[in-house]
Amino acid sequence: MSKNLQTTVKGICQSCGNDRGRMMDIVRAVQEQFGCVSNEALDLIASQVNCHRVEVESVVSFYAFLSTRPKGQVVIRLCDDIIDRFNGLEPVAETFQKELGINFGQTTSDGKITLEKTPCIGMCDQAPACMVNDEIVTYLSTDKAKEIVTGLKKDLNVKKLVHKYGDGNNANDLVKSMVHNNVRQKGEVIFGDHIAEEGLKKALAMTPQEVIRDMKTARLRGRGGAGFPTGMKWEFTRAADATGKKRYVVCNADEGEPGTFKDRVLLTEKADMLFEGMTIGGYAIGAEAGILYLRAEYAYLRAFLEDALNKRRKNNLLGNNILGKAGFNFDIRIQMGAGAYICGEETSLLSSCEGLRGDPKNRPPFPAQQGYLAAPTTVNNVETFCCASRIMEKGAGWFASLGSKGSPGTKLLSVSGDCHNPGVYEVPFGIKLSDLLNMVGANGAQAVQVGGPSGSMVGPSDYGRTICYDDLATGGSIMVFGPERNILEIVDYFMDFFIEESCGYCTPCRVGNVLLKQKLEDIMHGRGEPSDLTYLENLGQTVKIASRCGLGQTSPNPILTTLKNFRGLYEALVKQGEPGMLPTFNLEEAVTQAAHIAGHGPMKHH
Amino acid sequence: MSEKITFTIDGVEVQADPGQTILQAAEAAGIYIPRLCAHKDLTPHGSCRVCTVFVNGRPQSACTQPVAPGITVENDTEKINAIRKDIIEMLFVEGNHFCMFCEKSGNCELQALGYRFGMLAPKYPYMFPKREVDASHPDIFIDRNRCILCGRCVRASRMLDGKGVFEFVGRGPEKRVQVNAEARLADTDASVTDKAVQVCPVGALLPKRVGYKVPVGQRLYDHEPIGSDIEKK
Repeated sequence: MSKNLQTTVKGICQSCGNDRGRMMDIVRAVQEQFGCVSNEALDLIASQVNCHRVEVESVVSFYAFLSTRPKGQVVIRLCDDIIDRFNGLEPVAETFQKELGINFGQTTSDGKITLEKTPCIGMCDQAPACMVNDEIVTYLSTDKAKEIVTGLKKDLNVKKLVHKYGDGNNANDLVKSMVHNNVRQKGEVIFGDHIAEEGLKKALAMTPQEVIRDMKTARLRGRGGAGFPTGMKWEFTRAADATGKKRYVVCNADEGEPGTFKDRVLLTEKADMLFEGMTIGGYAIGAEAGILYLRAEYAYLRAFLEDALNKRRKNNLLGNNILGKAGFNFDIRIQMGAGAYICGEETSLLSSCEGLRGDPKNRPPFPAQQGYLAAPTTVNNVETFCCASRIMEKGAGWFASLGSKGSPGTKLLSVSGDCHNPGVYEVPFGIKLSDLLNMVGANGAQAVQVGGPSGSMVGPSDYGRTICYDDLATGGSIMVFGPERNILEIVDYFMDFFIEESCGYCTPCRVGNVLLKQKLEDIMHGRGEPSDLTYLENLGQTVKIASRCGLGQTSPNPILTTLKNFRGLYEALVKQGEPGMLPTFNLEEAVTQAAHIAGHGPMKHH
Repeated sequence: MSEKITFTIDGVEVQADPGQTILQAAEAAGIYIPRLCAHKDLTPHGSCRVCTVFVNGRPQSACTQPVAPGITVENDTEKINAIRKDIIEMLFVEGNHFCMFCEKSGNCELQALGYRFGMLAPKYPYMFPKREVDASHPDIFIDRNRCILCGRCVRASRMLDGKGVFEFVGRGPEKRVQVNAEARLADTDASVTDKAVQVCPVGALLPKRVGYKVPVGQRLYDHEPIGSDIEKK
């Protein structure tokens, strides 16, 4: 065992207080230092934090950005989203392979560069894009891919790949990223005139109960997609028995739904509004600690966000007796993720914060009763906290007057795909889909995926519907598909995504999605018969009903919503098989091997 | 003694103690709710989903859902049983389950549920995965071909044996049970007397050399379907 490994791993564990609960930080740091969490490292970590080595292995093997086998000093992760595919991913992917002389999943022989694919990195508005370690490279072309490889061969410093910075805080000294915000439409809530910390000041002048009452009056609902009333969530958390425990405020900044990137922009441009909202939440529920769970794909924003937190500490916006409010102590730490879509599910996110695999937890108990470390916890989306901050600043009545009746306020939409102006749009709830499509320059769209793969795929007959909780609900992802796109290819991609990202905990999601995809591919390859559509519907329903968390409960949606809205596409592909023969059975293929052994040529079954 | 909670399962009134799960309360009342990952000595896991019931119309796993006054639980309905059968068939095609060669046959809960639900052949295509077998330990073998990822061994080793021999690694379809060593069970502190070895509902974790002590035909589920013991109460 190398001495360097031993001392470094020990040092990392010690810097995390040898705390099993900080496993994510430990294994991330080891991965960063050594390119993997090797067998030796697993043993070292286990003995250092006093757990079984298989527990460490269990965590490492769960997250896509961690591995037990060595990766290169630089890992190129090419975003394999459907939007990237439709924006020329394939030639870019080929160029990377050719220039590096390796396939995806491999590392160059000198151990320097690893090439991988990864699901949506939150850059669909500037696709194709990739991560090079934590650095983001956008608007990829074959030339750019060549340039990246040439650059890295000369110098592994990934910062040197960025020549021109994006707008706003993307150019901040602590970010220095080429990412663009692409804010196309500013609305009243998030991008309206804002007096910093005014909301927090007003909140601290009220009682926590009054703050919660205001959230209820504003009828603020969670912006992550599920739309649970925020005031109620805060009230439950405040009311929960926390004997011997602290309460926690957790911000879900793990937007992994393909096609979503609005939290990226909020974290870049509205970090203080977010932290202000979290602090207001902390005051309302009686918490002393907050956690920002930041997805690994947004690691390039980490230093900037840490700095924002430090400034808040200096300005008494975090820490003890915040803004002179005696007894109100609150601080926020950042918890990095490590590549797992499921961690956007709130209980998986909490598991991850606790240093565990990102498995969802059984409910009940709900996080408001027993969340992080079994303490009462409120988990809200980035945008929700920003709204909370604005509600305190401008008043509950103001907020409630915006948007539609059941869905007050505005919504940030991440629009990508076949439209002239992909980017972030802040629109009032209740906007008609057709109006949105006009706004983004997407006339003649064949289909729109509202709410990402877990949402619905709708066609022109649904463009008169509105975006709100009671009609077309979305956490923000809007993917537009033009007439040239193959809808079933998109569906097939989405099923791949869910299979890849399922935690595997429960049977229906782990197995059912694989079966759904198999049947879909049979149909796509002309091996389907009419009864297969019923098979897909029944199987899809079982997966939806019986799955344990939101992932499995929505994963059949790509198939089920297209079966409903684009049924003709399926019907055109299925045909009644020959009597007594399964269409999936290919006699010639089945006997090829035997025929070869027997020494005759291909058999003809007629 | 705290007050009893009253609710209904398929229209039958059931009394339960506060804190009980629906599955426990049903069992005490002589109502069988099929299950695989649940085990009376272990904390609920909620992973197999075979015990799915509808509580006031919403699907929940009976093994994790606490009883509450006045709830309406649907259990033995055509719709729910169809879902359960789907799940059992999923488990059959996901692994490599060859009952005729398996020494657990007749004592296997998955096989017994297949019979109880009238599964002749799964409607889903077999996946025929390649899975590892570990016969390194002198007294125990692991045949992952038959593992259904119920996590009973993981929980039993931790909770009942105080060891932590098993844990899940990987995710999604790649998820599997791993031992607390680089590769082999022989390199762990597992013992054949561990509860973890005894709670496996299938033939994935078995003691060596005792497979046919009880002849086929005289085994647990050879004469009566699984759940009969509960229904006789």
